[in-house]
Amino acid sequence: MTALLPRRGLAQILALIVILAVDRLVSPQFFDLRLQDGRLFGSLIDVLNRGTPVALLSLGMVLVIATRGIDLSVGAVMAICGAIAASLADSHGLPIVLAAALGAGLVCGLWNGFLVAVLGMQPIVATLILMVAGRGIAQLITEGRIVTFSSPDLVWLGNGSVLGLPVPVVIALGMLLLTGAVVRGSALGLLIEATGGNARASELAGVGTRAMILSVYVWCGVCAALAGVIAAADIMGADANNSGLWLELDAILAVVIGGTSLFGGRFSLVLAVLGALIIQTMNTGILLSGYPPEFNLLVKAVVVLAVLLLQSPKFSGLAGIAARLRRTKA
Amino acid sequence: MENSLDPALPLLEVRGISKSFGAVRALQEVDFTLRAGEIHALLGENGAGKSTLIKVVTGVFARDAGIVRLGGEEVAPRSAKAALQAGIATVYQEVNLLPNLSVAQNLFLDRQPMRFGIVREGEMRRRATALLADFGLDIDVAAPLGNYSVAIQHVTAIARAVDLSARVLILDEPTASLDRHEVEILFGIMRKLAGRGIGIVFVSHFLDQVYEISDRITALRNGRLVGERETASLPRLELIRMMLGRELAETTSARAATREHQAREVCASFENYGKAGYVAPFSLELRHGEVVGLAGLLGSGRTETARLVFGAERADRGQARVEGAAVRLQSPRDGVRHGFGYCPEERKTDGIVAELSVRENIVLALQAKRGLHRPLSRREQDEIARRYIKMLDIRPPDPERPVGLLSGGNQQKVLLARWLATSPRLLVLDEPTRGIDVGAHAEIIRLIRELCDDGLSLLVISSELDEIVTYSDRVVVLRDRAHVEELAGEAIDVGNILAAIAADGGGAAHEGHA
Repeated sequence: MTALLPRRGLAQILALIVILAVDRLVSPQFFDLRLQDGRLFGSLIDVLNRGTPVALLSLGMVLVIATRGIDLSVGAVMAICGAIAASLADSHGLPIVLAAALGAGLVCGLWNGFLVAVLGMQPIVATLILMVAGRGIAQLITEGRIVTFSSPDLVWLGNGSVLGLPVPVVIALGMLLLTGAVVRGSALGLLIEATGGNARASELAGVGTRAMILSVYVWCGVCAALAGVIAAADIMGADANNSGLWLELDAILAVVIGGTSLFGGRFSLVLAVLGALIIQTMNTGILLSGYPPEFNLLVKAVVVLAVLLLQSPKFSGLAGIAARLRRTKA
Repeated sequence: MENSLDPALPLLEVRGISKSFGAVRALQEVDFTLRAGEIHALLGENGAGKSTLIKVVTGVFARDAGIVRLGGEEVAPRSAKAALQAGIATVYQEVNLLPNLSVAQNLFLDRQPMRFGIVREGEMRRRATALLADFGLDIDVAAPLGNYSVAIQHVTAIARAVDLSARVLILDEPTASLDRHEVEILFGIMRKLAGRGIGIVFVSHFLDQVYEISDRITALRNGRLVGERETASLPRLELIRMMLGRELAETTSARAATREHQAREVCASFENYGKAGYVAPFSLELRHGEVVGLAGLLGSGRTETARLVFGAERADRGQARVEGAAVRLQSPRDGVRHGFGYCPEERKTDGIVAELSVRENIVLALQAKRGLHRPLSRREQDEIARRYIKMLDIRPPDPERPVGLLSGGNQQKVLLARWLATSPRLLVLDEPTRGIDVGAHAEIIRLIRELCDDGLSLLVISSELDEIVTYSDRVVVLRDRAHVEELAGEAIDVGNILAAIAADGGGAAHEGHA
């Protein structure tokens, strides 16, 4: 593994470059950017903009996975929080809408964290509960309809621009910086990695492993809430059935592509976001190529397989044996 | 049961077996002889090499050197399954059967009676019932195995092994979770099987049971054979000496002789401290600049005492004091806050975070103690790591190397560094020298002395009595989960410790825990 990846992140950057190059082949205008009404347009901007929800989800997911957990409920949490935001948007100001949506995300995170950290449930089962129930809750909030709104403030959150960049992209960037500052600026990063690497040993070293686990699920809920609000703002409505559907899988995929092991321990926020961008670059490329979107799923599957093979010690063992065989033949 | 062997020939002969894991020599030229129809106890403390020997014989581990003969023929099973086919069956403490399947299915798994490709359930049950009746069990064989007690699961596992034409039956701590009555049933079955000519290897740390059931005893220590003796002619004291001490060298405490016994300040004290079903209430005073050794056999309550003192386990009675002030120790965090440190026996699962670097492992406890909001800067971390790598001579001296890649001795030093970085007042070390090579061994002992001279209070567990005698100012001896004796000064010698361990405690501690 270390031989294949001389520096952390190199594989991800190379992958992104390769996929960008392929995108350039299928769509010659891929790198074109133009400025219109003080805002940048182009496929690259599109990739960033469309990639925002998964990038936000991956920011929370990477921390959860670093503690050796997983959060399957983020898609459902997106739906709940999007529904709350959409329902309140035309009757309340943006601060209240945001507070309500993010507050709901925080509560969802607390619930997951409580089940995992306090009751000791397996994360995959614990979060499955909210994954299933959450969409039902979202449908209750929207009363089974697609709730639309016209509040210009909330619409701006999904469609406006700041310094030429779409607002969602700026928000995602801001969240990356904020999460990075909190996690790496405090001792949280080290203690999360220790908890994920060996919870028993960390506990005996005096680390509050429960608090660590609880906090990452809470943060994951907040990130999902933000993603839900942005998704709702983007389409000026909340669709409880489809908002964030299957995005938990994309978020997990982004984290894994970013090199964080599902067995917990070492994690990288930047590489997780890069993983989200790789996924979106693939999606956009396939869309532009004119192939039917079904291919999207297949290509994704191949990329997942490639990434997991690269991370598998047995596979690198096989690769090593193959290399030795080749050498002995030569 | 076929038994065509010449009784004069040993059934299982192990000669010159060696096995190393990296730099650690788990077995060195060990011999072991099992005769047909005997019950042979294999004894030794943790890390003595019992499990390794069993795993080498049964093909779970590949051996580095030596031969194994079964009934005079050399065998070299490559897996537990191959060993079973050759006639060597092992039943582990944790029964390796499927609790969700029925007793009959478990007995005939992989070899169900079939007709036209369909399992003959009736036939299978009939045969299962007959088989178990042979072992004195009359139970519903159609019920899931998991519904029955551990004792019955053990008997089922043994019945399966014997029915698979085992000639050698290895029972690894079979009585650890059985009550007295169940132990009697198991012993009855063992005697019956021995009567049929099956050779039984009995691994246990309950000496009373060893004396009750075994014909012969082989003791291992530190991966070497200490000796093989007839049980009937081996006094208990002698046996414990074989397991724990070298030839009784009457090594009196070097420290005790050289240091004056002035009253040192009490660092931490525990009055009538204990937890029901875990360790009996004890009183213990730990003073600054003093090493207290904890001696006793495996399962005597040494580690339990350590965990209570540190706060890894909650006491349900008694009072703990730190520097005279009453404190509550509810969690490791409490222990750390009061300036305690704990190096657990199981370094890999309870100590190191293998994936993280030496630097991160060293600063972990200090960082946890300081809290989230006062992160150690990278410069401070580098500084701390450098200081302790130098002070403890951690090799290789690379702070960024994942600690999982270091040798056992160096991992132990990293753990020591982790606690020293927190400037503790009390350090609890559980088997600090286990599984590490000779050089590092001596260094750790030297460190223990130096730390003590710096005013630290140390509580050290070790199975190496020579070692305990060398560095301890006082020695607490444990037996059957209770503190039974405290030795100080001139009284600290291997003989006195052995005598305290061997004193007949009534042998009542059979139920419950391993």
